[in-house]
Amino acid sequence: MPEIKVTPLGAGQDVGRSCILVSIGGKNIMLDCGMHMGYNDDRRFPDFSYVTQNGRLTDFLDCVIISHFHLDHCGALPYMSEMVGYDGPIYMTHPTKAICPILLEDFRKITVDKKGETNFFTSQMIKDCMKKVVPLNLHQTVQVDDELEIKAYYAGHVLGAAMVQIKVGSESVVYTGDYNMTPDRHLGAAWIDKCRPDILISESTYATTIRDSKRCRERDFLKKVHESIERGGKVLIPVFALGRAQELCILLETFWERMNLKAPIYFSTGLTEKANHYYKLFITWTNQKIRKTFVQRNMFEFKHIKAFDRSYADNPGPMVVFATPGMLHAGQSLQIFKKWAGNEKNMVIMPGYCVQGTIGHKILNGQRKLEMEGRATLDVKLQVEYMSFSAHADAKGIMQLIRMAEPRNMLLVHGEAAKMEFLKGKIEQEFSIDCYMPANGETAMVTTNPSVPVDMSLNLLKREMALGGPLPDPKKPRTMHGTLIMKENSLKLVSSEQALKELGLNEHQLRFTCRVQLQDPHSDPDTLHRVYTHLKSVLKGYTIQHLPDGTVMVESIVIKVSSSAEDVNAKVLLLSWSYQVQQSPVIFSSEPFNQFLFSSSRKGFRHTR
Amino acid sequence: MAAHLKKRVYEEFSKVVQIPHEEAQAKKLRLSKPSKSAALHVDLCKATNSTDALQYLLQFARKPVEVESVEGVIRILLEHYYKETDNSVRLKIASLLGLLSKTNGFSPDCIVDDAINTLGNEKSHQVLAQLLDTLLVIGSQLPESPAVRLRLIEVACKHLSDTYFGVRNKCLQLLGCLGLVDAPLTKDSNGPSSSSGGARDVQSIISNYFADQDPRVRTAAIKAMLQLHDRGMKIHQIIYDQACRLLSDDYEQVRSAAVQMVWVLSQLYPESIVPIPSSNEEIRLVDDAFGKISHMVSDGSWMVRVQAAKTLGSMLQVSSHFLEQTLDKKLMSDLRVSRAFPLAESHATQTEHVLCFVNLQRKRTAHERAKELFVSGEFSSGRKWADDAPKEKLDSNTVNLIASGACGAFVHGLEDEMFEVRIAAVEALCQLARSSPSFAEKCLDFLVDMFNDEIEEVRLQSIHVLREISTHITLREDQLDTVLAVLEDSSRDIREALHELLCYTNVSTKECIQLALLELLKNLNKYPTDRNSVWKCLKFLGSRHPALVLPLVPELLSTHPYFDTPEPDMDDPAYIAVLVLVFNAAKSCPTMPALFSDHTFRHYAYLRDSLSHLVPPLRLPGRKQVYSLDSVDSSCGSSSVESAQLFLQQSLNRVSSIQNLETAGDQDLLNFTIRDLQRLGELQTELAGAADFCATYLRCQLLLMKALQEKLWNVAVPLYLQQNVTATAAAQQILEETYKLEFLYSGLESRQVATIHHVRLQAKALQLILTARTRQGLDLLISSCEKFLQEVESFQRLFLSELPHLQDSFVDKLLELMPRLVSCKPAELVKILQTTLRQSGLLQLRLPEQIHRATATIVEPTGESDNPLKFTSGLVVALDIDATLEHLHDPQNSVKVQVLYPDGQSHVIHPKPGDFRKPGPNRHRLITQVYLSHTAWTEPSQVEVRLLLAYSSSSSSS
Repeated sequence: MPEIKVTPLGAGQDVGRSCILVSIGGKNIMLDCGMHMGYNDDRRFPDFSYVTQNGRLTDFLDCVIISHFHLDHCGALPYMSEMVGYDGPIYMTHPTKAICPILLEDFRKITVDKKGETNFFTSQMIKDCMKKVVPLNLHQTVQVDDELEIKAYYAGHVLGAAMVQIKVGSESVVYTGDYNMTPDRHLGAAWIDKCRPDILISESTYATTIRDSKRCRERDFLKKVHESIERGGKVLIPVFALGRAQELCILLETFWERMNLKAPIYFSTGLTEKANHYYKLFITWTNQKIRKTFVQRNMFEFKHIKAFDRSYADNPGPMVVFATPGMLHAGQSLQIFKKWAGNEKNMVIMPGYCVQGTIGHKILNGQRKLEMEGRATLDVKLQVEYMSFSAHADAKGIMQLIRMAEPRNMLLVHGEAAKMEFLKGKIEQEFSIDCYMPANGETAMVTTNPSVPVDMSLNLLKREMALGGPLPDPKKPRTMHGTLIMKENSLKLVSSEQALKELGLNEHQLRFTCRVQLQDPHSDPDTLHRVYTHLKSVLKGYTIQHLPDGTVMVESIVIKVSSSAEDVNAKVLLLSWSYQVQQSPVIFSSEPFNQFLFSSSRKGFRHTR
Repeated sequence: MAAHLKKRVYEEFSKVVQIPHEEAQAKKLRLSKPSKSAALHVDLCKATNSTDALQYLLQFARKPVEVESVEGVIRILLEHYYKETDNSVRLKIASLLGLLSKTNGFSPDCIVDDAINTLGNEKSHQVLAQLLDTLLVIGSQLPESPAVRLRLIEVACKHLSDTYFGVRNKCLQLLGCLGLVDAPLTKDSNGPSSSSGGARDVQSIISNYFADQDPRVRTAAIKAMLQLHDRGMKIHQIIYDQACRLLSDDYEQVRSAAVQMVWVLSQLYPESIVPIPSSNEEIRLVDDAFGKISHMVSDGSWMVRVQAAKTLGSMLQVSSHFLEQTLDKKLMSDLRVSRAFPLAESHATQTEHVLCFVNLQRKRTAHERAKELFVSGEFSSGRKWADDAPKEKLDSNTVNLIASGACGAFVHGLEDEMFEVRIAAVEALCQLARSSPSFAEKCLDFLVDMFNDEIEEVRLQSIHVLREISTHITLREDQLDTVLAVLEDSSRDIREALHELLCYTNVSTKECIQLALLELLKNLNKYPTDRNSVWKCLKFLGSRHPALVLPLVPELLSTHPYFDTPEPDMDDPAYIAVLVLVFNAAKSCPTMPALFSDHTFRHYAYLRDSLSHLVPPLRLPGRKQVYSLDSVDSSCGSSSVESAQLFLQQSLNRVSSIQNLETAGDQDLLNFTIRDLQRLGELQTELAGAADFCATYLRCQLLLMKALQEKLWNVAVPLYLQQNVTATAAAQQILEETYKLEFLYSGLESRQVATIHHVRLQAKALQLILTARTRQGLDLLISSCEKFLQEVESFQRLFLSELPHLQDSFVDKLLELMPRLVSCKPAELVKILQTTLRQSGLLQLRLPEQIHRATATIVEPTGESDNPLKFTSGLVVALDIDATLEHLHDPQNSVKVQVLYPDGQSHVIHPKPGDFRKPGPNRHRLITQVYLSHTAWTEPSQVEVRLLLAYSSSSSSS
């Protein structure tokens, strides 16, 4: 039985560092190649040596697919392709391809220039890596090689995020990457057709959450920001440069416009301008509203949101600042946080998920004293708010996707083990399909039952269709007669005559005969004639012929009479019929007919005696 | 050259001018050219190959065919059909057959046999499908022939097993359209009555195809079933399961149709009991269907989502806990039962069982329930950080009464990506909320949230919806806050819709009133054009919440117990707004005027005069009782309407006593009655339409009477030329008035229309008599006589049902004499007419329930504007027009704008349909721009803008 193997190198019962190996139909595919935000050592990258032990990655992997541009999904890409060494194709969507290098470069700058790490990939490496990228369009089927094909679906989450369907023959796997089933202010909802994959590999960040209405969340968010501004406080919103940031910007921008607020909104510079540029560019990847109105006004041209300068953080008066990165683990957001943490009028709103080990995670868990580098401690007095704006599907969304795609098996990644366990139970209960949740390095195996396509000649099909009953019964299997020929890796179903012809074989006739002993004093021809007349009277509606060569034909059954040498009265009735008669559905009724024939002929003669 | 000219735009209140579009009677010509059929025959014979033949047929299809030659043409086509080998030509012929059998006045029963015969030896599937389509047309042309139907059904059943989907589609369509409704055969009666299987139960045949392999056929099967339902056949409940299965079909059109099917069944059998799979639970069918359709709101295809969301709105019988589940994405504990529970009563009958179940639920206190509803178990809401640790697993032994995917259907619908879905969801919410006050209360927050939607249409729709359910609800302060934030919206429609909403809202506290006032004043400041709308809004706000306004009065009027405050500016719209609020509140709060300062009273008097529609009459202490009349009016409002109604009826009765139109006293009576009615209309606005209508009608009668009583009738023909003028003018005027009567009033019943037409007929008779007397030539007379007779006939045709009410009237007498009239000479006819006309009595007018006169008010441009519009000659200037139209039916097609230049030139402009908005029932608003352009003139002059109501006299039959 063919198997599909799925091995997470990262993201198995874990969030961050997504990297999943899939072996399907003899092909090996790497899904995402991310890094972990919480670590600063080797653990941040997936263990690529696991993949091949010693050999080259290029020999082992057929392709790499990147679902979207978040660093935990693409952060290790230059490391893998340039430093470990991989020359095969890397697939990603157009927006991802455009934005990914910016983020990687930013990440590199922070790690190398700020923290002074060595042995890290260089700008040139990022460029070289991006040269290996093949862009994907939505719903476009791309042939990686003769057998392997991939197809991207819209995933929401961030600009350019995609779900991918990987297909080899009739086996298929769908990898969701990160996705969002609820549309937001700038992106639409994920969508997939009923492709019935063998495995659906889904993220499960919010496995135990069912969010209430998004509008409710938006209202709460705006209210919190508004209240804080009215108090004269400063609001820090740590975000990743792309994705949520744009949604929140649009939200605040429209709110500011509507409420006619004057407090400044800042966005940390650098990344933003470039990123917004791409958002303006890839307008087809956004939601209905932005797509339809961008001719009048491109929603990503903000009026109220200005670029942030480091010195602004000390300005008096209220302000709202979006700063990167999102989990308060480094960079500008952390700097600003340190500055503002002492004042209880200020507020920090964490709009998304925080990985364990980050400051964001700590303060959300209520820690009020933080240890900083250099043994300093920081008192956290400002208000900490959590707003789940994270664009991941919640439990309901995951269920909805399962319902849409109707997979045969389910595999959860990118989530915490305990929560996965819970969702796993739910899924198994509701859909009665198997659900797997392998840990990193653990392999989940799914045996598939691939259907084998067979070519069949149209004539044979039509002939066999005509034999069956009336049409509508597509759900029931139907038997048909033919010969299966296996030749050079292909299967053909042909009629038996054609098979004989093709193989150069002679047809053998198979006849069944049967002897019936009778006591009859008449001569042989007379007996035969009596049998003939009797049958004629009993079996109406059948063609019965008395042939001149001393046989009686009932349809295609031949009856002969011979007498034995010893006893003249003992007559032997010879019946003979062909294999087709026994098999073919037309004269299937000949079986009872035959019995009838025997019994009736016996009976008939008893009468005459 | 800049023409520095002053043009003043005129304001015209309620000026409605009518332009009659008399349609010339289409002359019928009998053509004497060789018959169509012959020409076609020649053409087809000439065709050498199939392409040519196809060309001929295509050309032929473009021309109409007379009824007489249809059959011949069909015969030729059929003949050619048998000869033709090319599929496409046969296909075209088949489609032509269908087209031809639709010809008006042609009965296709003579070609049924031929058409069915052609099916027999047709090999091509496409042609077969087309032929079945033709049969469908034929069958629907012959609704009264069961024999034909039976045959067609038989044919359809025979071809149902075709391999081509198109053929199966058409067969199903045929079954759906022609299946027997009146005699749905039960399965028992199947045997003896049906010999050929043609009369087998149509439903079971169709439902077999619910599982067809082709999605198009599946769709067609459901559609056919729906068609049967539309035609009045009761769909069996067995179909329900099959339809539910189709809800998870792979194809969206199937799912969409299945949603409709499930809905239909849920309406047919709402109280039936259906089991929940893999459990012993049973629930009402309508609840089950509701759950299943809710599930479709999160379907993959947005078309299905729209369909499902729309459908939900019309399922009003659903139980309340299922309804509430649509607002929460998590499964409420209400809809989860432990599996062990119902076994105890498994011996009970089904209905009892359900009753038990419901009762058990009711026993819990409301408090307990609310708590359970919100602590809904397994999942966290994600609102709080780290709240999402997995809870302990729930007992797997529980059964969900609703699929968990169906929870929160409206939450999903309202945050859908496509605004079409959101609008559908908002509408559905509205429908459900209107029928269930408790649900209205609960969905309020969701609707208020929709005010923040990114698409204007959705915002607008949700504001409208909130207005419609506002009788059920009271807004909390925070909700009002969100609502009022929308007042700053830049779209005028949204703001006005919101004003409209505020007119009808109840608020809970005085802070709310203050907040609303504040926001409205801000709005007024920001958008001064909203003035009228804001004032109106405050008027209602005040009169609805007098008790809440009272404590605010000193602050609002900025009065001070010891000091005199400066008198505010009387022309300040904001101050007027505040006063409107206060005065309206004071109307039902007698203690309030004590808080007013002196200038407030003065301002009251001023506003009462200048803005009388906004400021109610007040009984003010220490003032002269000038308003006694009004106050009496207002105190017993309803009874005064009744008495006015009585008065109206009495006047009409009095008039009806007039038997013929001869006596002089009768004329006076009519005169007085008309005067009374006019005055009544002015006094009692509710009855203005009715009073006006009656007055106009009576004036017509009076005119007729006067015209008939002129001396001219006794004068010898050649002498009266002079007097003739008045009578002709009267006839003309009556005609005009009748058109006004017919088209200017809404709420007329066919009885009144008949009466109006009757008067018009009289006027036309008068005209005819007058023409006869001028003796302008016999030809003219003959033609006008013919025309008159035609009109009498058409009157008879149109108002056949009303004729019994018109006894003893002019028409009645005419119709009696009709045979004579048709045969006699014009002169004689005129004489008869003259006598009948003079003998006929006055037709009594019966008033319909509600009758309103269509009015139009041009709000903008205002006539008093001091800055004239200037424009360069030869170029255009856009003029904004804002008008309110009331009681107008279909203004998109009937209302035009006319611009009249000083030199008499005039343009008629057709506003776009999108320029009309419908802010309320029977009210339309026209906001449009017209372009003015003219050559130079020398001094400022006035340009008139008018609104016209177009009508056509020939369309009067409706």
